[in-house]
Amino acid sequence: MHSRPLSPHASVYRFQYTMIGSFAHRATGVAMAVGLLVLVGWLVAAANGAEAYAVAVALLGSVFFKILLAGWLLAFCYHLFNGVRHLAWDLGFGYEKPEARRSFRAALIATLVLFVVLAWLLFAARGVAS
Amino acid sequence: MSLRTPLGRFLGLGSAHEGASHWTAQRVTAVALVPLTIWLIVALTSVPLADHAAVELWIGRGCNPVLLIALLFAVTWHSHLGVQVIIEDYVHGRHAKPLLLLVSGFAHALLAVGGVLAIVRIAVRSFG
Repeated sequence: MHSRPLSPHASVYRFQYTMIGSFAHRATGVAMAVGLLVLVGWLVAAANGAEAYAVAVALLGSVFFKILLAGWLLAFCYHLFNGVRHLAWDLGFGYEKPEARRSFRAALIATLVLFVVLAWLLFAARGVAS
Repeated sequence: MSLRTPLGRFLGLGSAHEGASHWTAQRVTAVALVPLTIWLIVALTSVPLADHAAVELWIGRGCNPVLLIALLFAVTWHSHLGVQVIIEDYVHGRHAKPLLLLVSGFAHALLAVGGVLAIVRIAVRSFG
């Protein structure tokens, strides 16, 4: 196979801050792919009985994992709202530059609001795994 | 369904095989995951997560195992497709790329099977 130019040609574009939105979508996606290990680990621990679950609770309740869980929650909120932007683009809406910038800012604000609400419900209101 | 012109196919440009179905599956799973993930997180806010009996009860109750399995399939598939694109975009090593794609594919398959089995075990216990 002859070699073709490979996408993404990130280096040929002048930097625009909306690029951060696109890159962050991938970064949060990869972060959550790693987080799948925890989701499945939690389910397996629950299936394996009370003793195995107690180990998982001790692990997930540690400060280290609480910080990670908060990070995954933030990644989820961003990926959710930015994903909706992508779905809207796929339907042909919001391509104009001012619209794309506006929706990026809206997604950031929505991310922060949802993160604060969910973090409060999961952590502060009664504490995850504690 | 193919959206490619015969000339494009002959020249070997663009997607090699199943590019469009990859793209579609990524979007379909994304749409499914919007309600499923919001449901899971909101539902978990009212489950005492440190209490094994309560967690087990919640996982096995009513529609929860069905929705959890649906979520697990959608999320592992979506994640598999997404990680695949990222590996294809950023890893160009002749051996590293296929190896990483293989590892990611296997890992996602194991996560899907392992997670679904765990949910089924809990559901069977709570039905029995």
